[in-house]
Amino acid sequence: MERRLTCINCPLGCALHVIIDGSVIQVSGNSCPRGEIYGKSEVSHPVRMITTTLPVLNGKQAMVSCKSSEPIDKEKIFEVMRALKSVVVEAPVHIGEVLLENAAQTNVNIIATKNVEKAEKKMSFDIKTNTEEFLK
Amino acid sequence: MEQAKKKQLVVIGGGPAGLAAALAARKNGVQDLLILERDEQLGGILNQCIHNGFGLHTFHEELTGPEYAARYIEQIEHEKIDYLLNTMVIDLDDKKNITFINQNGVQRIQAQAVILAMGCRERPRGALNIPGYRPAGIYCAGTAQKLVNIDGLMPGKNVVILGSGDIGLIMARRMRLEGANVHAVVEIMPYSGGLKRNIVQCLDDFDIPLKLSHTITNIEGKERVKKVTIAKVDKDRHPISGTEETIECDTLLLSCGLIPENELSEKACIQIHDITHGPIVDESLETNVEGIFACGNVLHVHDLVDFVSREAEHAGIKAAQYVLNTLPKKETEIEIETKGVVRYCVPAKIDPKRMDDLQVIRFRVGKVLKDGAIYVWADDRCIFHRQKKILTPGEMEQVILKKKDVEYAKTIRIESEEM
Repeated sequence: MERRLTCINCPLGCALHVIIDGSVIQVSGNSCPRGEIYGKSEVSHPVRMITTTLPVLNGKQAMVSCKSSEPIDKEKIFEVMRALKSVVVEAPVHIGEVLLENAAQTNVNIIATKNVEKAEKKMSFDIKTNTEEFLK
Repeated sequence: MEQAKKKQLVVIGGGPAGLAAALAARKNGVQDLLILERDEQLGGILNQCIHNGFGLHTFHEELTGPEYAARYIEQIEHEKIDYLLNTMVIDLDDKKNITFINQNGVQRIQAQAVILAMGCRERPRGALNIPGYRPAGIYCAGTAQKLVNIDGLMPGKNVVILGSGDIGLIMARRMRLEGANVHAVVEIMPYSGGLKRNIVQCLDDFDIPLKLSHTITNIEGKERVKKVTIAKVDKDRHPISGTEETIECDTLLLSCGLIPENELSEKACIQIHDITHGPIVDESLETNVEGIFACGNVLHVHDLVDFVSREAEHAGIKAAQYVLNTLPKKETEIEIETKGVVRYCVPAKIDPKRMDDLQVIRFRVGKVLKDGAIYVWADDRCIFHRQKKILTPGEMEQVILKKKDVEYAKTIRIESEEM
């Protein structure tokens, strides 16, 4: 059996030709070793990175971006997204911090990809206090 | 208004180009340096590009946009480079007077040198001539990306995307991941303008159909988008009647190209290139106004942030040389001719006396070439030749010129054609 794939490792997008002969998988058309790894994995056990965002409490920004610490089963993408639905992060949060361990039993953690510091003061504009001060 | 302050170098824009340019300028000896950024944080568009694939060239690892930005921001902080946030530059003239506004009011700076790094913006519906109503629910894809990734808001539930540039493809996946239905990505050209890897991992993975050679011919819905009509187009990109089909949706995202943001450049009497819509620059990335340099997407739209960083470093180094009086004066500039399918090149001209030993020339082709070749000619000598399996308008190409090859040349020409 043979399959023609586009490597997704980098923006080059090499056109891969994968020949599967029993347990032997041969990859050609790749221009780096990562292409070979991708070709083999894609025909046997496809995986993808997940990148998404989570809400932050008391942060300078409303959302923190995050990613899977390594690629996960392609089939599990939506399960992981569902598991993330209930996660809220408290500021401060820093790049690399684990936000969800073992997401949807994939053995993969979800980690922050952005630094979000604590908001110095309440972001919302307090009309009442401001008006009182103004009237003093 | 306060008296104008003096600065050696002002960088307008704190996105990837501005950050890399400022760092390079500092490392090359500019002390008195300021970055002006209109957003509330540094990093520009990288902050909302939460997907991965950034930094393979620069850091030899795959980073997300915010991580790539953070690497530069850390260095900016480490070098103690000054920056002002929430600060909008409202005027620039050819004497390098900068007027900006922020919460402290209107202020002026007289700069010795300026680096333009304002980036680009999306082509809006008004520039696309799509007939139909003007209901809510029509967004530029990058605006939708900001709503989802920065503000945590979903623009809609049933989505159609017009244009298959990378932002459109990335947003198709993003909306799907957040629970929306993405019914189709509609592309007027017979090929996608985005990277192949994005077609695979953003569309194919989620069974989102890509409708090539199709466009939107009508938008319906009075308050909110209700449906769009799509139709096949002929080779002249005119809709073919009888091929129409309607798709019910509440949201239409537009990913129809980016336009360098050059209102300030024009105020400073900087000449703008007809094709790139960015300033015309020389080998030092200097515009026709002495001491004003440009880099990144304000100069021409790039595909990869890594290339933006490279280009911006070059502008930063040259601006530093200008400030420190080590950049030679312009003498004889040669315009680089483009031939065959080469649409444009940046820089558009070089001064062989002033150039470094190696000079990067970036360019794009105007159509897909299978088994193409790239040639560079100095007078009638071929000084560069490379064959490529595929050349596409969606992927920027580059050649590197050696000073010794062009030093005494009268003409330089870049050519690309099918073999």
